[in-house]
Amino acid sequence: MRDEAIRNLAMRMADDALIYGHRNAEWTGLAPTLEEDIAFSSTAQDKFGHAQSLYAFLQSLGGPDPDTAAFMRDEKEFLCCHFVEFETIDYAVALMRHFLFDTAERLRYGFLERSSVEPLAQLARKIRGEIKYHTLHARTWVQVLGAQGNEESRLRMQSAANHCYPMAFSIFEPSAHEDVLRAEGIFAGEVELQEAWREEVAKVFAEASLSVPEVADVTAHYGGRRGYHTDALAPLIAEMTEVYRIDPTATW
Amino acid sequence: MVEESPSILPSKDDVLTALHDVKDPEIPLISVVDIGIITKVDIDEAARSVSVTMTPTFVGCPALDHMRKEIHERVSLLSFDDVRVTVDYTTPWSSNLVTDRGREALHKHGLALPMRFEGDFEPEIMLNAECPFCGSANTRLVSPFGPTLCRALYTCNSCAQGFEQFKPV
Repeated sequence: MRDEAIRNLAMRMADDALIYGHRNAEWTGLAPTLEEDIAFSSTAQDKFGHAQSLYAFLQSLGGPDPDTAAFMRDEKEFLCCHFVEFETIDYAVALMRHFLFDTAERLRYGFLERSSVEPLAQLARKIRGEIKYHTLHARTWVQVLGAQGNEESRLRMQSAANHCYPMAFSIFEPSAHEDVLRAEGIFAGEVELQEAWREEVAKVFAEASLSVPEVADVTAHYGGRRGYHTDALAPLIAEMTEVYRIDPTATW
Repeated sequence: MVEESPSILPSKDDVLTALHDVKDPEIPLISVVDIGIITKVDIDEAARSVSVTMTPTFVGCPALDHMRKEIHERVSLLSFDDVRVTVDYTTPWSSNLVTDRGREALHKHGLALPMRFEGDFEPEIMLNAECPFCGSANTRLVSPFGPTLCRALYTCNSCAQGFEQFKPV
């Protein structure tokens, strides 16, 4: 039970980092300024590092090696949330997802620094230091475009918030292991994380002159954590694994 | 019969001295020791073996495998029977671990130095970088992300020069 709970948690986190990293990498060469191009490419590289280290941790618990985990699994075996899956060519939406997702990541790794699973706690301490740069970047832009820009930039950020915020709750879709995670001191759980996230997002939105969108049903975008994904994931996996699958035994 | 006497086993200091030859491929002026990523050197005298532990600056550092290979090759030139290099996160890397000699090398490379900090790092301290060219503190953070994962971009308001900082983390 305990091992299964740890594996499930690490897999969700690793898959989020891999898929979200892939979406970030799509901005390489396309972001509105050179600095933003570099920022999105760098955060993508960080995310791949986080995914790789989590897959390596899973390997130590009997899982496949990180490359096999990343490139050889079917869509149904991925446990990422719907929020990291969709493609966007709207930079305001990309920034808003970056802010909402990385705020959750920073809080999640903060909780995990106190995990009873020592290798996970060690990784969390390391990774949270890196994610602080991601949230610094995201928060700065949300504030600049929200409160310090012009009416158009504020409206575009508000519209991005309206689009992204309800979907972001898919991050916190509870697993079947929440009780075990809490009882064993592994992780505080998705409910507590969601509450901390709501509070932090509301604070930054207020500073950025953005209003917090109403969410009728936080479960509306659930499913990813159980292997049920949006239409966006299968094409992403096909593209991401195309070269690797030509010859999985090739050395690089 | 007289047994051939085994050569004297190198010490921990010998290993660290040798590792000064291995440089960070992204900043070739600084060694892996001075950048602070060598976290442990364990010598087993009976087995005549050495185990070197290293930790990445950033988890996704693309130079990690390359450095691990170079560390292994360099230490293998010493007279151990067995050399192992492992990567772990027991002692996570922090920019505070860069040695004084390392900081000097970074500065010579034209990089602003990471601020030393105590306790939990808050990235807001990044707003106070010093221009490596004119020494002015009147600088502006352009982006916390630069050409490599461990560098940030700035401009100097005094001398109008763009510069990079080795990030505090």
